[in-house]
Amino acid sequence: MTRPTPETLAHRANPATVAAAATTAPAVASPVPTSGAGALVRSLEALGVEVAFGIPGGAILPAYDPLYDSKVRHILVRHEQGAGHAATGYAQATGKVGVCIATSGPGATNLVTPIADAYMDSVPIVAITGQVARPAIGTDAFQEADIQGITLPITKHNFLVQTPEELPRILAEAFHLALSGRPGPVLVDVPKDVLQAQTTFTWPPTLDLPGYRPTLHPHGKQIREAARLIAAAKRPVLYVGGGVLKAGATDGLKKLAEMTGIPVITTLMALGAFPDSHPQHLGMPGMHGTVPAVYALQKSDLLITLGARFDDRVTGKLDSFAPDAKVVHADIDPAEIGKNRHADVPIVGDARHVIDELIAAVSASAEGAGKYEPWWATLNELRERYPLGYEEPTDGTLAPQYVIERIGELVGPEAIYVAGVGQHQMWASQFIKYEKPGTWLNSGGAGTMGYAVPAAMGAKVGRPDTPVWAIDGDGCFQMTNQELATCALEGIPVKIAVINNGNLGMVRQWQTLFYEGRYSNTELGTHKHRIPDFVKLAEALGCIGLRCESKDDVDKIIKQAMEINDAPVVIDFTVGKDAMVWPMVAAGTSNDEIMFARDVRPTFEEDDL
Amino acid sequence: MNKHTLSVLVENKPGVLARVSGLFSRRSFNIDSLAVGETENPDVSRITIVVNADSSPLEQVTKQLNKLVNVLKIVELDPQQSVQRELLLVKVRADRAQRSQVLETVELFRAKVIDVAPDTLTIEATGNPDKLDALLRDLEPYGIKEMVQSGLVAIGRGSRSITTGPALRAA
Repeated sequence: MTRPTPETLAHRANPATVAAAATTAPAVASPVPTSGAGALVRSLEALGVEVAFGIPGGAILPAYDPLYDSKVRHILVRHEQGAGHAATGYAQATGKVGVCIATSGPGATNLVTPIADAYMDSVPIVAITGQVARPAIGTDAFQEADIQGITLPITKHNFLVQTPEELPRILAEAFHLALSGRPGPVLVDVPKDVLQAQTTFTWPPTLDLPGYRPTLHPHGKQIREAARLIAAAKRPVLYVGGGVLKAGATDGLKKLAEMTGIPVITTLMALGAFPDSHPQHLGMPGMHGTVPAVYALQKSDLLITLGARFDDRVTGKLDSFAPDAKVVHADIDPAEIGKNRHADVPIVGDARHVIDELIAAVSASAEGAGKYEPWWATLNELRERYPLGYEEPTDGTLAPQYVIERIGELVGPEAIYVAGVGQHQMWASQFIKYEKPGTWLNSGGAGTMGYAVPAAMGAKVGRPDTPVWAIDGDGCFQMTNQELATCALEGIPVKIAVINNGNLGMVRQWQTLFYEGRYSNTELGTHKHRIPDFVKLAEALGCIGLRCESKDDVDKIIKQAMEINDAPVVIDFTVGKDAMVWPMVAAGTSNDEIMFARDVRPTFEEDDL
Repeated sequence: MNKHTLSVLVENKPGVLARVSGLFSRRSFNIDSLAVGETENPDVSRITIVVNADSSPLEQVTKQLNKLVNVLKIVELDPQQSVQRELLLVKVRADRAQRSQVLETVELFRAKVIDVAPDTLTIEATGNPDKLDALLRDLEPYGIKEMVQSGLVAIGRGSRSITTGPALRAA
């Protein structure tokens, strides 16, 4: 097997040096003659883009010519969906804008899923698509698709470029929109003749976004009102969402939590925003949240909601969610406030500013924080009684939770973990301990199976010195594993732990619980027939393939994978198919009906309150 | 549910109407009527939308509209504090026997006859929706052959203007 050596990759710009150069992007005051494509690539360089993931094709082809000589590293993926999720993983791991490029028609429509995914999770990516030439637009030309129309509902904004002159401005606007305010995906559709036309390039352009004015600083009156409620509350909870990570507000959050002594709950999108090991952390709320976290929300008299959006997977049946709680809701997006749950104190602002000002207001107020000892006594008792855990399988199979727990233990809290969607995702959220921001990436809002491999690739490109482990399922893995070829050829040594239970595990769990065990179309054959054989598949894709089938080998094989740094590694962890994710709030039911395990309802001592 | 009239000032750019109308259908709101046109500033268009909604969902759709990058400003116009007009063109059966009666109705509503054929009259009327409904009710017995109605347009009473302000200077 031949793998690319550092020498064969030497034509690639070193990302670190590119980043350094980009921060000092010189102004180009006198117009430089170039093509639209040249202006596009020069704009990307001036915007500090280190890397773009994409696939060329007819309509976008002119852009690939200047890209050939550019300091922007282009990573040739195997499917545009991979480019989109890679851009997302890159953005989530670095906090910078992720860039993906596709051609018109099917190239562009293959980006739809990752764009929708980035939209749901507010990830800053810019998608650049080729479009048929302007005179051909609307004629059902070869490889024509109205990607601007298609992505209207799933982008923060999108552009169809009309002239080559406006390319630098539109790209600068796209990056600004993607990253500022509530981040999100922006698509720039560029007709082929715009790329080919002659123009001139100047930098920097002047942004023209008169209707875009995100509110970053919260209103002082609302902050004081929130501080007043905090002082008066008996059973407050800090309900923390992904917005806190995006705002870089985790230090402030820790300070606020510690100075007030209020329990902290981090949603699936916020894992790592508050250390799992912190004594005030109750875990994750929601459908597969911890009993203490779900209980704390239900019994709370004050939710201090920071960058979270009362998603249905958190609230359960909405009208029975946190029935006694007043709500302080801080979000950078005013439309989130009051969307699902009425906010008693709405606060529009960036989480970092909101938290800093809350800290100041609580310190300044005469009451300070309240006294929450009885509240903590109840919560601590629940923590002891209902810890996260799992039962060893009785059929001698390997417990998937054990595998994931061991990966977390051995690989440690410095690494980045990237999950697919399903049971393995939930177990990875439960049994790996997240201590730092930016160490947990997953597809939360959209629930995109197939996210993990390409997102891990993007994360590793963005943070090459950090170990990146994808925790994937056998179903998810089969949706996007083609990007391992990209990883192998481009020197992106990710680790992929396939938690292979031979089934679409989460769907199977629902069939077990709600469809009388009628396993319609959930058996994948990766156990029974070993099709595909993930070890052979890994090798065919230029990776190292390992297999682990027994508990005794788990540590050894994880360590073996950790020692390989010159190639991507795939581990086929063959695990039992009957393990289930607990606790669980069944879809559409109230959080009060949380099940700790099958047929086990926690008993809450109402008298404690 | 109540009718609300929203005046939405937007950048005059291709595709903006699709963004606005798409948002309504996506968030399951029904648009009762919609009218678009340029304002005194050619870079700014004004969309007048009449929507049937309770106040809290209306607030949500207004916030979602505000998130559209091309939307500059949204004002809800109170029917008491604004002038609201629709335009109606209606082709009514009016032979010799009926013609004078139809013309009487036209006169009564201060409408205009804009086209005449041996057996029909085409009438133009403007007014608030109630007035036009009343006119149509009166014309109905003669036989309405065809009609077309514009979306509602509305403007606030008094000297204040919604098209000034920091958001619009930049446009």
